[in-house]
Amino acid sequence: MSQQIQVSSLDAYYGKHKAIEDISMTIEPQSITAFIGPSGCGKSTFLRTLNRMHEVIPGARVEGKVLLDGEDLYAADVEPVSVRRMIGMVFQRPNPFPTMSIYENVAAGLKLNGRYARSEMDDIVETSLKGSNLWNEVKDRLNKPGAGLSGGQQQRLCIARAIAVKPEVLLMDEPCSALDPISTLAIEDLMSELKNQFTIIIVTHNMQQAARVSDRTAFFNLAGQGQPGRVIEMDDTSRIFTNPSQKATEDYITGRFG
Amino acid sequence: MAAIAVFLIVEAVPALQANQGSFLGTLTWTPNNTEPSFGIAALAFGTLLSSLLALVMAVPVAVGVALFISHYAPRRLAGVLGYVIDLLAAVPSVIYGLWGVIFLVPLVQGPYEFIHEYLGFIPLFGGDSVGGHSIMTASIILAIMILPIIAAISREVFLQVPRMHEEAALALGATRWEVIKTAVLPFGRPGVISASMLGLGRAMGETIAVALIFPATFGISFQILAPEGNSIAANIANGFAEAGPIGRGALIASGLVLFIITLLVNTAARLIVARRKEFSGAAA
Amino acid sequence: MTAIQHAPAIRRISTGRRVKDKIVQGLVYLSFAIAVVPLLSVLWLVLSNGFARLNMEFLTHSMRNIGARDAGGGAYHAIIGTLEQVLLSSVISIPVGLLTAIYLVEYGRGGRLSRAISFFVDVMTGIPSVVSGLFILAFWILALGMPFSGFAGALALSILMMPTVVRSAEEMLLLVPNDLREASYALGVPKWRTIVKVVLPTAFTGIVTGIMLAIARVAGETAPLLLTVFFTDSINTDPFDGPQMGLPLYVFDQSRRPTDVAIDRAWAGALTLILIVMLLNLVARLIGWWRSPARR
Repeated sequence: MSQQIQVSSLDAYYGKHKAIEDISMTIEPQSITAFIGPSGCGKSTFLRTLNRMHEVIPGARVEGKVLLDGEDLYAADVEPVSVRRMIGMVFQRPNPFPTMSIYENVAAGLKLNGRYARSEMDDIVETSLKGSNLWNEVKDRLNKPGAGLSGGQQQRLCIARAIAVKPEVLLMDEPCSALDPISTLAIEDLMSELKNQFTIIIVTHNMQQAARVSDRTAFFNLAGQGQPGRVIEMDDTSRIFTNPSQKATEDYITGRFG
Repeated sequence: MAAIAVFLIVEAVPALQANQGSFLGTLTWTPNNTEPSFGIAALAFGTLLSSLLALVMAVPVAVGVALFISHYAPRRLAGVLGYVIDLLAAVPSVIYGLWGVIFLVPLVQGPYEFIHEYLGFIPLFGGDSVGGHSIMTASIILAIMILPIIAAISREVFLQVPRMHEEAALALGATRWEVIKTAVLPFGRPGVISASMLGLGRAMGETIAVALIFPATFGISFQILAPEGNSIAANIANGFAEAGPIGRGALIASGLVLFIITLLVNTAARLIVARRKEFSGAAA
Repeated sequence: MTAIQHAPAIRRISTGRRVKDKIVQGLVYLSFAIAVVPLLSVLWLVLSNGFARLNMEFLTHSMRNIGARDAGGGAYHAIIGTLEQVLLSSVISIPVGLLTAIYLVEYGRGGRLSRAISFFVDVMTGIPSVVSGLFILAFWILALGMPFSGFAGALALSILMMPTVVRSAEEMLLLVPNDLREASYALGVPKWRTIVKVVLPTAFTGIVTGIMLAIARVAGETAPLLLTVFFTDSINTDPFDGPQMGLPLYVFDQSRRPTDVAIDRAWAGALTLILIVMLLNLVARLIGWWRSPARR
């Protein structure tokens, strides 16, 4: 149930400011792709263009094409809402709905997309929580507020919420940056399991993390001071970290700048 | 605070002792007669009915206005509109009263007759005659008066909904309405409730606007279009100038009742907000 | 999770959901229209009817010896009364309110006394204006035997004004970052000097804005005046003795008279009142804007 994503010459703007320029890449199904690069180089912006979340910021717009299995997400007759339904997202800081219980949080997306029988809903919630390795920790308190969990648990709850609607692609915007090392490890393990079902794209500042979990890595950088961000290099992760073709990439991963 | 209650009681007791009727049950208000007789029931009923009607009319519209400003209007327009709503909340009540009595009362006569004619079989719209000086008109004015307050507070609360909760809903593929339903309204509910209660308290204590509208009749009737109705506050404003010593005491006693009712409403509001805390955004 | 065959094309959202979204959008726009129409109508009528009668004569003459049916007359006595009453109530409630807020934020943090005060302030916020008028009537005029006067009105107004001042000042003081206080303590500055020299200046504009809004609010109150200031058609510049007039009271009084000239006077009075209130509001916003960090 995962699909190939093809991006061709994509630009994104905030008002007049061009944040990223001329990005083209292909992301294979059932793989983990990592975006690395210094802060402010447009990784998160690019990620948000992939499920049309970029345009919810006032004044933001996108030019170019994103094809999901050959279909353009930015075609005139495509609704952003249905795009986001197919391409789920996990955010930097865990953001369970504070007014909902754990169960309701996982079921939130399902409730939007039609009616399910109670038992069916129960099944999906359980599968999703198991899928995010959270089931054993919360099965006895499904009706407690989601905000009462620890940070790492909350993030896994958000992943469960995202996978409950069975998206094709899962976007993760620095999902571990607000978590401790143990929770981070749990999420990384989870990602390796989830990639059998989903295409996963992750933005990370943690080079080791990119090296550990991803199959392919894209290095983003600014074209220059005040210039939009670009993809400098994209290749198999092992190659990027051992033998990058660009000098800038090597400098970045060896810590010589950024 | 306690002093307020004490002095109101002290000044009310002589009048209550002189009362020939029952303060709770009597449906007339003649404290200035040689045999004073007065009761709070009709006044309290009018206060509650008109305020609740006003609340029913104002809250949905106010929430709509707040949502319009916080989530639908273009950003630049929203700032201006928020400012305008704040200004309108500051318009003195006597001005709404003036507007009501000069403009609204003649205006509603036609529609009232229409409703009376075709829906008169519903007791609410029944009665022998209909007129602008009625509970309905008073409620409309009260609704208009409390609308800016409720809208201003609700907008404030809606704007405080963390961006990330809305984005979480968006990322699940929610439409704008569904974002509002899943992320905005649940987060804002305690705020809207307390704003409504605040509005209810305002409506019940509102004096001048309704004093100009109510024809100062006494009686308990659900016929909201009929030219009758009164409220505690309006009765104080209308009756004070002519009141003798017993009359003043009677009015003070009625004020005490109003004080207690508003106190209960405000306390209820605070309890509702407190009870929702476990699931509120404050815990996140 | 069961495997799904070939993934479907990007699905459109269901018609039901789309329709619901549009309906709600329509309702929101509609409610905005419903709300705006009467409010605009109020403003328009006040402006158009008020300007017809608002002139120098209106602003400089009282209603002495002018019957309900006579044209002419003005609101001079009412304007004087309102200004004096509002000034007096500000003099009473601003210092008390400010000191209470300072106590709540700087000294009594979370203690039993401060929680009790906080609770009473909350309750006082909800007191209907007519009840505050009744209280002053019962306490000041009936129990102590004082006459109806502008001062009695000012007392009633300060009951309404004080909680607003406390709340807004408290909020502003809470916004002052603790780092600032600690930085000052670290320099060996005593607490009271820290409050006077560091905390208050930082929160100054916010507090002033809150106070101006509180003043604007009580300037439009009618009911408490009705019970404490009583009526007069003459000019009485002494707020401590004898009945005065207030602008809101003037509007109320005139609008109850069934003649066109009186109604015209009521509109003009309403316009004057709105202008005063809006002016105070505007000053408050300007102060807020003038000192706002965004402008620096």
